[in-house]
Amino acid sequence: MNATQEAPVLQTPDPLLARLLDAAIEAIGTNAERLGDLDRAIGDGDHGLNMLRGFAAIAAQRDALLALPLASALESMGTLLVMTVGGASGPLYGSLLIAMGKAAARDDASVLAMLDEGVAAVKRRGKSDRGEKTMLDVLVPVQLAWAQSCREGLAARAALERLRSAAKEGLEATRPLVATKGRASFLGERSIGHLDPGACSSFLLVDAACTAFLEDAP
Amino acid sequence: MTERVAIVIVSHSADVARGAAAMVRQMAGKEVKVAHCGGNPEGGLGTNVAAIKRCIEQVYGPRGVAILVDLGGAETNSEMAIEMLPREWQTNIVICQAPVVEGAVMAGTEASGGSNLQKVRATAEEYFR
Repeated sequence: MNATQEAPVLQTPDPLLARLLDAAIEAIGTNAERLGDLDRAIGDGDHGLNMLRGFAAIAAQRDALLALPLASALESMGTLLVMTVGGASGPLYGSLLIAMGKAAARDDASVLAMLDEGVAAVKRRGKSDRGEKTMLDVLVPVQLAWAQSCREGLAARAALERLRSAAKEGLEATRPLVATKGRASFLGERSIGHLDPGACSSFLLVDAACTAFLEDAP
Repeated sequence: MTERVAIVIVSHSADVARGAAAMVRQMAGKEVKVAHCGGNPEGGLGTNVAAIKRCIEQVYGPRGVAILVDLGGAETNSEMAIEMLPREWQTNIVICQAPVVEGAVMAGTEASGGSNLQKVRATAEEYFR
């Protein structure tokens, strides 16, 4: 498989969806404390617990979610996050997954279209874009990296590694930024020097998804 | 009873939401319906889409609903709650860009006089400009 022939990714045999779900749940579970610490530095400190609550709700529905086709599973996960997270990250991650699910349901679905529409939904929901010290500083580079891999016809393994690097670099790039969205914006220049907690949770989820896909990527 | 624009108060704190609602009722009287919610789904500080949606449903009427929010997540979660309601309601619900306590009192007072939704929103927002 290469990045331009994406159909196999979208067929999502159950084992892959299960690996994706479990990897995401574990990534948030083991890093909730770190997300809380990052958020305590420049926000209200609840990002770790909020994400943990959201992914605990997803974990509780694991079997029901795994019985669904990918598109419906993504939409259901998004709705669960919207209803349980209790902070702005609920609607932001919820909108991301719901839009990705809707894109996955179309006949001409591709990972590229899913990323494009998911990221666009986050931009609309957050009235934000790359460069404002938010999750978009990870998600936009991820979207661009996948698009570039598709253009180059990169093999899946190389494309996924590039995706993971783009997410990591995007996260690190939030450190010198001044926050202009959310609670962190109240700190103004004092937000400089800290990683953005939303960008960190996005990196963790992208990283987990890459690991899940890589397990059987050529 | 003449229909009035209804007020929904969304704070990160249940105490702030309850207190602000009491202040609105003191000024606006019984004809203005007021609903309030605060706290995340576990009761800690935060906001809750399901609770916001229930509040809107409790007070929704033909004159519409003005929502007052405190910080970012309250606004984002309120937008999400509005999108989960019937489409024909959505254009009849607004989020006011005003401080939650003062804005709610101003909006409630304006609503009690029978003003429409646009006027109620403008009063809440313009008073502080």
